Amino acid sequence: MKIRRKTQLDSEIPTASMPDIIFMLLIFFMVTTVLREYSGLPISLPKAKRIEKLKSKRHTSHIWVSKEGLISIEDKLYQAEGVRHVMYEKRVADPQLVVSLKSDERAKMGLVSDIHTELRKADALKLNYSSKTAVD
Amino acid sequence: MLGKKRRFRGGDIPTSSMADIAFLLLIFFLVTTTIDMDKGLGMVLPAEGEELEINKKNILNCLINSSGNVLLGGDPVEVRNLSKAVRQKIAENDKLVISVKAHKASNYKDYIRVIDQLKQANATRISIAESD
Repeated sequence: MKIRRKTQLDSEIPTASMPDIIFMLLIFFMVTTVLREYSGLPISLPKAKRIEKLKSKRHTSHIWVSKEGLISIEDKLYQAEGVRHVMYEKRVADPQLVVSLKSDERAKMGLVSDIHTELRKADALKLNYSSKTAVD
Repeated sequence: MLGKKRRFRGGDIPTSSMADIAFLLLIFFLVTTTIDMDKGLGMVLPAEGEELEINKKNILNCLINSSGNVLLGGDPVEVRNLSKAVRQKIAENDKLVISVKAHKASNYKDYIRVIDQLKQANATRISIAESD
């Protein structure tokens, strides 16, 4: 060990804790990003201008409706009458639930209307018609 | 160079590059995670059994047929001009409730276009009648 001279000032930024700080950031991002959980059905969303962003992913539940009239929730197929049951349970678990309806633009309104009725019966009233941003 | 003595100088793992490695990981995660925000037209459905009686004067019927044509209060309207027409009607009567009724076989796309137009007209009172 050398004996340091006292006049020499140590003027370095301590970098030893740098990895820890960055790991903290890394872990923060890894925890906060919710990866897509369900793949849904192949659909092409309609376009709209007056769209709103959904506030929280955690309080959102998706219903996919394909143009053939299939209804999928969490990668399981349901009949229109089955939506009520699933959504009721979700609604009980999370009162802030927002249902995001991802419906194909060629889906028939009869089916969408049935889903409306089911959602009303399940008391899941906050609905969002998922759509893309329209460009003029 | 050749004259350098080779002797054991302790067994430290070099930690100076640790930060760089962690940064790389961080950037990798930042780049690969696509935050696809869900966006769409918001709507609040009426609760079950909460049907209100509305004065007939305050209802504006908006009907969509199976080929996507729109009938607003009895007159056919182009979907593009719907927001203008609705805005006018709301200006005349601010208690106006727009009742959207779509035919069972009409396309979802047409329905969304109508709802979008109503939103553009700042219509807050939108009611969805059950299609029949």
